[in-house]
Amino acid sequence: MSTLNIRGLEVSVITEKGPIEILRGVDLTISSGETHAIMGPNGSGKSTLAYSIAGHPKYTITGGSVTLDGANVLEMTVDERARAGLFLAMQYPVEVPGVSVSNFLRTAATAIRGEAPKLRTWVGEVKEAMTALNMDPAFSERNVNEGFSGGEKKRHEIMQLELLKPKIAILDETDSGLDVDALRIVSEGVVRAKEANNLGVLLITHYTRILRYIKPDFVHVFANGRIVEEGGPELADKLEEKGYAEYVGA
Amino acid sequence: MSVLATNYLTPTGREEAWRFTPLSRLAGLHDGTSVISSVESLIARDALPAGVTASRISRELVSSASQSDDVIVQRVHAEAETMFHLQIAASTELSEPIHLKRKQMQVGQVELSRVRITVGQGARATVIVENDGEVILGEDIEIILEQNSYLKFVTLQEWSAHSVYAARHHAIIDRDATFESVTVTVGGSLVRILPTVEFKAPGSSAELLGVYFATAGQHFEHRIHVDHAVPKAKSRVNYKGALSGNEAHTVWIGDVLIRAAAEGTDTYELNRNLLLSDGARADSVPNLEIETGEIVGAGHASTTGRFDDEQLFYLMSRGVPMDEARRLVVRGFFAEIISHVNDEAIQERLMVGIDGELAKVGE
Repeated sequence: MSTLNIRGLEVSVITEKGPIEILRGVDLTISSGETHAIMGPNGSGKSTLAYSIAGHPKYTITGGSVTLDGANVLEMTVDERARAGLFLAMQYPVEVPGVSVSNFLRTAATAIRGEAPKLRTWVGEVKEAMTALNMDPAFSERNVNEGFSGGEKKRHEIMQLELLKPKIAILDETDSGLDVDALRIVSEGVVRAKEANNLGVLLITHYTRILRYIKPDFVHVFANGRIVEEGGPELADKLEEKGYAEYVGA
Repeated sequence: MSVLATNYLTPTGREEAWRFTPLSRLAGLHDGTSVISSVESLIARDALPAGVTASRISRELVSSASQSDDVIVQRVHAEAETMFHLQIAASTELSEPIHLKRKQMQVGQVELSRVRITVGQGARATVIVENDGEVILGEDIEIILEQNSYLKFVTLQEWSAHSVYAARHHAIIDRDATFESVTVTVGGSLVRILPTVEFKAPGSSAELLGVYFATAGQHFEHRIHVDHAVPKAKSRVNYKGALSGNEAHTVWIGDVLIRAAAEGTDTYELNRNLLLSDGARADSVPNLEIETGEIVGAGHASTTGRFDDEQLFYLMSRGVPMDEARRLVVRGFFAEIISHVNDEAIQERLMVGIDGELAKVGE
């Protein structure tokens, strides 16, 4: 049982014109096995929340705390956060030229697990994860995210989620740019990871359609850098119907 | 022996071709003050396969294959006592590379080395030149590709720390022949190579690839010159470099000339540099001169930058520590070129060498 505890989180980005405040006091608690959906309009700070938890250097924490099972996440380096059990599936996964998917996955698994996975079982593990996500075996010889279609990038992210077995995963608009079939395949991967590892999920999305596949226990509405309303799955239905208008400019 | 020395135009450093080169570190190769020894260091590593011969020919018996306005090349032509000639007979197809290497020289000895590699009509081969040891060496390598032949030409500059190597690697490519070079420069104090190409007939093509990694105090200079004088020839240039440490200096010049007669030319050149620390300097000058508009394509690109923070963040967000993330990125950066060296042991040696250079960054 793990818990990610976010309290009063305030985050700014430094620009040439000075700091710009993006997150204005975010409170959120995610435990193993729970699925939380964060929904909100563009520019509300949802992705900033995701990247701040992962430790992206662009963001400066100006207040609040983030702990994972009591350990101070904000004091950890990016790689330490991942090894502590956090995972961020990115909206725009980065190309790494010259580094093959297979080399990348094995390097990451070695880092996360603390020892190199046994080659024979590892090959089987990767093959299984790829088959489940309907990926061509030739995929592993390609360079990380280089020339991947939008759908391939997202499948690659979820494959990592399944192989690296984090405690808490943040999915940043994993549904964006996916057609119906790809959305189903990717969502099934998330559900598998949840069931296999009692994963806690923070699902950041703009739209409700992914929630048909990944059922949230809690829905949080995000606007202007903070959570402005919380509820159960029924809140998503309300957003589907009425949109974010009532939360914007409030 | 140096009776001709007074006829040379000794560079002053103000010439375009020499403006980046620290002349004082050339050990007199450029101005005739060096004392040339009789050493002839280049040899074949293994027994040569059928269809391949190597011999040394006296200077008096060598006919000229090309001209150069480079003073060191001129000295090599005028003063090297013999020319090492590697001949690959017409229609010979080699599945394994031919390896050339250096006999060890005595420290401080200076050599002028003249080399010719002839690839006969329809022949296919790979030649790998493994350059190591401590040298002061001026060299001209003329590579003659006869019609419809193919040569992959790999040179590894893994010279020891105090070495000086100033050379031209000049390919003369005939009709429907294909030349691929991979130039790897990772060792030496001063390395200055002129990878140059001359197309003799339509249908000829050249791909010049290179990597270099300069650390503190090293000067690595590659001055490419591709002369499109005939129609329908194709050239590709892709050099990648990394630099770290104080006074690490790399120079990449990419001169491509498309003459009026060279209709149907297809050329693209690219240079990318990765700056791994402060105090290092990468000069990168692509230069495309076009005298006809009737071409298939001509372009160039040059970038010099630091580590991509987004790449490092992505790798680290998967638990990979910073040092290892940097190693992966740099290995990946070079892999595109090094994968063209068709010898796995050498590939691995180069990658391990790059890891070692990288480990020194920030020390």
